[in-house]
Amino acid sequence: MLQRVFAWALFCAMAVALAGVFLYAPRERTMGDVQRIFYFHVSSAWVSFLAFFVVCVGSIGFLATRQPRWDHRAAASAELGVLFCSLVLITGPIWAKSSWDIWWTWDARLTTTLVLWLIYVAYLMLRSLVAEPVKRATLSAVVGIIGFVDVPIVYGAIRWWRTHHPAPVILGGEASGLEPRMRLVFFFCLAAFTLLYFFLLDRRLKLAHAQNELDELYRQAA
Amino acid sequence: MGYLFIAYLLIWVFLFGYILRLMQKTNRLLQEVESLKARLAGESEPNPDSLPAQS
Repeated sequence: MLQRVFAWALFCAMAVALAGVFLYAPRERTMGDVQRIFYFHVSSAWVSFLAFFVVCVGSIGFLATRQPRWDHRAAASAELGVLFCSLVLITGPIWAKSSWDIWWTWDARLTTTLVLWLIYVAYLMLRSLVAEPVKRATLSAVVGIIGFVDVPIVYGAIRWWRTHHPAPVILGGEASGLEPRMRLVFFFCLAAFTLLYFFLLDRRLKLAHAQNELDELYRQAA
Repeated sequence: MGYLFIAYLLIWVFLFGYILRLMQKTNRLLQEVESLKARLAGESEPNPDSLPAQS
């Protein structure tokens, strides 16, 4: 029941977010309509940061307690982090092509984001390659913690270095900021994507639970 | 407008694709769990055919 309410709340939030992006938010003067990619692009980036933070917490939790549930949370969140980071890396170049007339440039923000994606793809590959559960959880916890170091670098890249990527519009100092309607839609999209993350995390943990139950049954049957 | 359409289309394709894959995988695993549980329960119960006939 609760899950159904959650799913409907998410559906409504995403519908309102889409309506906000296309109907309520004003057209940006210099870039035009393509700037509307910003709302889902930045929201995806935020969720990928959140997901990798959960990986880091789960990894520390596993190394501290050796309880598998921490590892399951970290693994589930890593998969979602890669999914949302992929969305960032897909929508970013589409926006770049339209605004800068190039798909990609090796500037600090783009490169560190690609590195972040590669780190967590490697994390998932590592998990699929190591069969022994404790060894797998320990090795991936180490990668999960070290990989998180890249998140503040991605965040700070447009603040510390000169980049092609636009300057921050939120928490970017006095020169930054958004038009009030754009800001409202932006924060609503952030909230909707955060809800989507927790919905998907719940589904992904159910899958991990089913997999564990199955492994346990096979052990009993053997 | 074309770039905007492609970006949003890809976002939804990826999200729905992932959700669909997750649901399919979970359902398959749950079915496997149920069938294995039934098999294990069948193995632990005595087979009625193998019981001695009552006179």
